[in-house]
Amino acid sequence: MNRLRTVLILGGLGLAALLIGHGIGLLASPPEHSMGETGRILYLHVPTAWAAMLAFTGAFVAAIGALWSARPAFDAAMEAAIEVGLVFSVLICVQGPIWAYPTQNYWWTWDPRLTTTAIMVVAFLGVLIMRRLVHQPERRMMLTAVATIVSWVDVPVVYFSVKWWDSVHQDLSDVSGVDWVMLEPLLISLAGTTLLGTAFWLARYQIARAESQRQEAALDVPDLPEQLQLEEQP
Amino acid sequence: MNPLATFLALLHKDLLVGWRGRVRLVGLGTYAIALLLLFSFAVGPDSVALRDHASAYLWLAVLSASTLLLAQSFQQEVEAGALEGLVLLPISPPALYYAKASANLLLLFFLSLVLLPATVLLFDIAPAGSILVLLLVVALGGGGIVAPGTLYAALTARLSAQQVVLPVLLFPLVVPPILAAVKATDLVLEGDPMGQLPSWLGLLAVFNAIYWALCGVLFGKVLDE
Repeated sequence: MNRLRTVLILGGLGLAALLIGHGIGLLASPPEHSMGETGRILYLHVPTAWAAMLAFTGAFVAAIGALWSARPAFDAAMEAAIEVGLVFSVLICVQGPIWAYPTQNYWWTWDPRLTTTAIMVVAFLGVLIMRRLVHQPERRMMLTAVATIVSWVDVPVVYFSVKWWDSVHQDLSDVSGVDWVMLEPLLISLAGTTLLGTAFWLARYQIARAESQRQEAALDVPDLPEQLQLEEQP
Repeated sequence: MNPLATFLALLHKDLLVGWRGRVRLVGLGTYAIALLLLFSFAVGPDSVALRDHASAYLWLAVLSASTLLLAQSFQQEVEAGALEGLVLLPISPPALYYAKASANLLLLFFLSLVLLPATVLLFDIAPAGSILVLLLVVALGGGGIVAPGTLYAALTARLSAQQVVLPVLLFPLVVPPILAAVKATDLVLEGDPMGQLPSWLGLLAVFNAIYWALCGVLFGKVLDE
């Protein structure tokens, strides 16, 4: 129950931060210089992308932990983080076109940042598909960890893609020139998606742990005499 | 046995298995050439468009054939129970990985040597650059596919749906090396007036270095049962 409360508090705080951030972003901050009102999607797009990268990096760290110590908790943490990362990265792929169409007049283009993001989604989706096909828990954890570490190679590629290739996407973010009026809603929304993502992760982690504990319990069926003894005791 | 001797013995074993099953290699080569022909039918008789995209067709054929080659390379080991035998031997998993991956790379390189003249003839290209650079591009592009491919082939070797899962896991990873290999091949075949070739070769080399190092380290975890 205590953990459910933590999930609710984190999620509530995250939602509140997103609401406040967007309240400021939509009402108080001025329209963006070149993109006008459409530019306000920045307050959602950047925090979503950040949450996706953070979740996949969390999965990467959990994968190293899984290889290192082989504890089932790391498997649950890894699975939860990949799923949260996928939710946020699919959201980026939806928000991107919504932003691109009014400002650049196309929904999608074969640009390095967009392409590498799409690749990241497919790569981690592949890891989850592979997971479903391995039935032995220890082996599933090891294989997921290996595939997660290799797939994570794409995450820095996504981040630096705008620097390495010519891109239609904005260059790497530099906040030094951004006015506080626009930085404030962005930072609050960043905190919002981080908290919300953490709440999703924690909730999914609990489910994964409960599932694996149930499977373990189903495997150690007590011998018949012990069962009889247990029933005789009270 | 020192690691180099182990590596060479394993490489010899894998190449010998490849040679004895050479009818499979002939089959793979035929499959890849059939793909090249299919691409030209799909695009139609526009010879300019075909020539412009020839290096893309070449690499798609190589990639497609490579998944079959990679899946086969572990299928044979698993079917005969030979993989358990290898794992039981006192040899380090990295030696096993590098031998398997190098054998796969050599076989894929050999396949590409058949496909290159086929591409040049079918799409009517007069290669502008040096053959040696082209071979370097083929080796680096093949390395970018084979390094993660060998790891994933081992990872999926026992799965019921290997034919589906191997490409699903592998294709996203090989997009950067394939992209660089297509661009580099194009620059060698069609000419490189802007001097862009070194940067694409550099990108290929970086991805090769990352994948060969990372997958060698992780291979032991895939074999552990």
